[in-house]
Amino acid sequence: MSLKDIRELKATEIVAVNQCSGNSRGFFNPRVAGGQLANGAMGNARWRGVPLKTVLDMAGVQQGAKQVTFNGMDGPVVDKTPDFIKALDIDHARDGEVMLAYGMNGDDLPVLNGFPLRLVVPGYYGTYWVKHLNEIAVIDSVFDGYWMKSAYRIPDTPDNSVEPGTAPKATIPINRFTVRSFITNVADGAKLKPGSTTLKGIAFDGGKGIKEVAVSIDGGKTWTPAKLGKNLGKYSFREWKLRVKLAAGAYELKVRATNNAGDVQPMNPLWNPPGYLRNVVETVRVTAA
Amino acid sequence: MKQQLLAIVVAAFALGTAYAAPVSYTLPDETAAFKPGPNLEVVQNNCTACHSADYINTQPRGEKFKRDFWQAEVTKMINVYGAPIDDADVGKIVDYLTSTY
Repeated sequence: MSLKDIRELKATEIVAVNQCSGNSRGFFNPRVAGGQLANGAMGNARWRGVPLKTVLDMAGVQQGAKQVTFNGMDGPVVDKTPDFIKALDIDHARDGEVMLAYGMNGDDLPVLNGFPLRLVVPGYYGTYWVKHLNEIAVIDSVFDGYWMKSAYRIPDTPDNSVEPGTAPKATIPINRFTVRSFITNVADGAKLKPGSTTLKGIAFDGGKGIKEVAVSIDGGKTWTPAKLGKNLGKYSFREWKLRVKLAAGAYELKVRATNNAGDVQPMNPLWNPPGYLRNVVETVRVTAA
Repeated sequence: MKQQLLAIVVAAFALGTAYAAPVSYTLPDETAAFKPGPNLEVVQNNCTACHSADYINTQPRGEKFKRDFWQAEVTKMINVYGAPIDDADVGKIVDYLTSTY
C-alpha cells in the first residue's frame, strides 16, 4: 500500500500521551544504567490516521495469527545491532484504537515524530510507537526479536517491581502506562508569595481514564480533591487545578491520581532493574515568603 | 518456525501523489564532549558513531558504578549491539571510563 492509499481510508483522531519507557529513570534509587531522564520524556498530542484494524481487515488475517510486527525505515548504525522491530498481540492490533498515524496536531507528522507514518498505541509506552513505519507482518508465533524478547522487559510480579537492587525471576514485555500526575506550574524549590495560589498540573494513565486527582500541601497528611479539566479522552493528559492558601512557611506539595480502575499512585517508589514505570507520588518543595 | 502470513509495504514517496515531497531534518551540532583522560582518542573513535558523550557523562556515579559497571557497559555494546571494537581497545576504553567518570 502507498501512503496515498492509506490517506484515502476513513480517518480517525485520538488524543493520546506518548511516554518513554525510561521516563524519570534518573530518579531511581538505587540508580540504574541507561538514559538518565527526568520527567520530561512524555507528551500529549492529537493523532490522525487510520485504525490498524482497517488495514489488517483489508489484507485479511488468517486463523492462527498470534502477533503483528512493526518495522520502520530507520536502521542501526552498525549492521550487527538488532533492527528495531516491535510486536503486538493480534487482538490488541485489531482493537480499533491502535492507529497508523500520518498527522499530529493538525499537521503532517514531523520527521522526528515519525514522518510519514507511525504506529500509535494508546496507553502503551513509546517503545511500541514505531516511527517511519513501512512494514507490518502478521505472524503465527510470538515474535522473538531482541527489542521484544530481551529489551524493554519488566518484572513479572503483581506490581511489576522487585526489591531494590535485586533481579526479577521472570520478566514480561513492558506494556501499559502506570497512573501518574504532576504539578506543572510550580517548580521544585520555588518561592511563592504567601496567600492564595492556584496549583495546576496533569494526570494520565494507561487508558482507564483519570477518576480523581488529590493534592496535599502538608507532605501527604491531608488531601483535597482537585478540579479536573476538560476530558479529551481516556488516553489524554487530564488537566487539573486547585486553589490553595499558603501562609508564610515551607511546604511539601504532593499530587496523587487515581484511575477508573482504582489504581492509585504509590507513596513510595517501586523499583525494577531497567528503570521503567516510575509513578511514585511526586513532591514539589516550595517556600511562601 | 515463523511463518509470515501477510506483509504490507508502505511506500513513503510514491511518485505522482500529493504526498511525494521528501522532508528532511538537519541535526544540531554536537555540543557534548568527552572529558580529557587516558586513551581519549580510542574512546572517541569507538563510541561516537552510535551515541553522544552526554550519554556517558550522565550515567550514575558512586561505589557501585566503578570498573565493573563500565566493563559491563562496554561488553554490552559489543555483545548486544555489535559494536566493532578491537579486543586491544576494550581495556583502554574501560580504563578511560573508570578513571574519568
